[in-house]
Amino acid sequence: MLGLMRRVSMSGSIPTSMLRQSLQRILPGLAILERGYSTLGKEMTVREALNSALDEEMSADPKVFLMGEEVGEYQGAYKITKGLLEKYGPERVLDTPITEAGFTGIGVGAAYYGLRPVVEFMTFNFSMQAIDHIINSAAKMNYMSAGNISVPIVFRGPNGAAAGVSSQHSQCYGAWYAHVPGLKVLSPYSSEDARGLLKAAIRDPDPVVFLENEILYGQSFPISDEVLDSSFCLPIGKAKIEREGKDVTITAFSKMVGYALQAAEVLSKEGISAEVINLRSLRPLDRAAINASVRKTTRLVTVEEGFPQHGIGAEICASVVEESFEYLDAPVERIAGADVPMPYAANLERLAVPQVDNIVNAVKRACFRSVPVAAAA
Amino acid sequence: MAMLSRLASRSSHLGRTLLLPRSLCCSTGGRHFASSAGDEGPTFTVETSVPFVGHRCEPPSREVETTAKELMGFFRDMSLMRRMEIAADALYKAKLIRGFCHLYDGQEAVAVGMEAAITRKDAIITAYRDHCIFLSRGGNLVETFAELMGRRAGCSNGKGGSMHFYKKEGGFFGGHGIVGAQVPLGCGLAFAQKYLREETVTFAMYGDGAANQGQLFEALNISALWDLPAILICENNHYGMGTAEWRAAKSPAYYKRGDYVPGLKVDGMDAFAVKQACKFAKEHALKNGPIILEMDTYRYHGHSMSDPGSTYRTRDEISNVRQERDPIERVRKLILLHDLVSAAELKDIEKEIRKEVDNAIAEAKESPLPDPSELFTDIFVKGCGTEVYGVERKENKILI
Repeated sequence: MLGLMRRVSMSGSIPTSMLRQSLQRILPGLAILERGYSTLGKEMTVREALNSALDEEMSADPKVFLMGEEVGEYQGAYKITKGLLEKYGPERVLDTPITEAGFTGIGVGAAYYGLRPVVEFMTFNFSMQAIDHIINSAAKMNYMSAGNISVPIVFRGPNGAAAGVSSQHSQCYGAWYAHVPGLKVLSPYSSEDARGLLKAAIRDPDPVVFLENEILYGQSFPISDEVLDSSFCLPIGKAKIEREGKDVTITAFSKMVGYALQAAEVLSKEGISAEVINLRSLRPLDRAAINASVRKTTRLVTVEEGFPQHGIGAEICASVVEESFEYLDAPVERIAGADVPMPYAANLERLAVPQVDNIVNAVKRACFRSVPVAAAA
Repeated sequence: MAMLSRLASRSSHLGRTLLLPRSLCCSTGGRHFASSAGDEGPTFTVETSVPFVGHRCEPPSREVETTAKELMGFFRDMSLMRRMEIAADALYKAKLIRGFCHLYDGQEAVAVGMEAAITRKDAIITAYRDHCIFLSRGGNLVETFAELMGRRAGCSNGKGGSMHFYKKEGGFFGGHGIVGAQVPLGCGLAFAQKYLREETVTFAMYGDGAANQGQLFEALNISALWDLPAILICENNHYGMGTAEWRAAKSPAYYKRGDYVPGLKVDGMDAFAVKQACKFAKEHALKNGPIILEMDTYRYHGHSMSDPGSTYRTRDEISNVRQERDPIERVRKLILLHDLVSAAELKDIEKEIRKEVDNAIAEAKESPLPDPSELFTDIFVKGCGTEVYGVERKENKILI
């Protein structure tokens, strides 16, 4: 029993509270074991995971330094860099003026010379001010110079919708950056993802765009000793099967992984077994894992928060149609943000981003089950 | 005559203010300025708190002409703005306002002083600390609060939120979330004004945080080359979010940062200094192209409602500014000094304003959330027969 619980808690994918509730339904006497259970696994918020990853990598390699608005004295706009200025000093944790084009260019230049900058964008919306340097100065450099100049830089920060921040502060840049050869694009979901992928990104010799999510920062996940070890690293370009299933494949990244898992729970009660793939890496995209899963389930629902046209789901759908066409038993379903600038009003905002219901409906359509009639608009 | 001697004895304790009443008809008209249409009341001159400092230009005089009506108007308008922002703070804490909310309390003199120097044909553009500028450009309280709460009656139909207020017919072009972006946009407005030979100007407002943005210098260079009537207003409240100006700018003398572009340093807590500077700048810009005005101002709130505003500055500093330089208090003292109305009457005005704001909030709360169909409106100006998809694209698609 304890062994089972330890294994389940190590899966790291489902928030501990959900896990506890599920277990208590199966085993009403669990309350007695509860105290024992809670000491079995540790928990960590995504924020703590990112902070500890930055701390460890800065400790391991003196060439790693941080740069961005409010990362130092303010302790980070979202407190991701808390305590790092005190620990590493102002030469390695630099507060910049509000000048993305300038400081990003400076960061890329430092990377040319051999340092390992971690540049923070307060949100990725502001990265548009610096996008020339990300694409032209960083992504393409190793290729153009035939390997002479590599760019070991990480661009990180919150990406996608928050809550009520309106159109200029809510865009998801996954599709934009994943479009570009020369960049690596990662997007963590859990604390394990956050730690492993950020460490991998900082150690990687290529420019990495690291898309976090503001809403996930405060979310807690169970975390194993292996993940807590300072040498822990996740491979770039490999997706994770968060939940195994046999009827349908759901792909997602970042916050939408949590939504997909919730949808899978709902669907399991209706006899549909969904396999949830946490992409973790948008470029390189783990086409092998996605196709292997679809060949097993024969149905695909892609989920993303960003705009639909030319999005992540579009590329995944194309890949599956190209490589696994004969295996598909249903048209591919794409769930994405609405094709509109993000509205501010709470009800419109809810309609503009995927909800768990939307994912459930899409899976049912892919399974040719009847779906309740959608409400107007 | 008795009044004059009373005024004269008061002037010494306020130090700087000169009194040169041109008309003595205030004894009967003295109590009803706000309502008397066309009746400006007595004209007089006030002296700005400090002299202007010029960069590549002769600064204007410290003596500013004003009328009783204007002075009372300043008090009323700034008090309304102050009250509105404080009410917004409470609404945010009650979770009726979501997302970002950047409050302007402390900076009101810039908004009212500027408005007093220009017409609605002149254009203003600012960043996200825009509620009070919107008001000064003709916005009303109900559409402001409704927008903040994301309701149908909001000035952007609830689709924009705090950072996205607009009123093109009032010469107000927003309302922008990306730091610094509004400056080149403002120079573009000026370009259009010159192109159309309108003899109007644009005030492009930005903060000390945005003052280091490269795009500002690019746009300023072009504006200077092409003699655009662009007036750059740096609202220097000394902190770019949590970073003090000296940590972000090698040269925090923002009025000089235009280099070849002239500039003026202005006490932004003095509505009359602001008015005089803006009048001066408008004349300059129409003849000679761009000019920078640095308004030395202060925000009492933190950067936004998510920022306590006390981790990077001391509470003493904030309360000192409130005590020594508050723009509304300054005007209150002037009104009392000139004996325009009594202190009790000023308090009555403030009570009225409080009620006005409360009523507006109540009315705004009655406004419903936008209709779900609004999700798909205003993507383009006109429909072009293309599909727009909702989240579940197979179920939710409309043609626009």
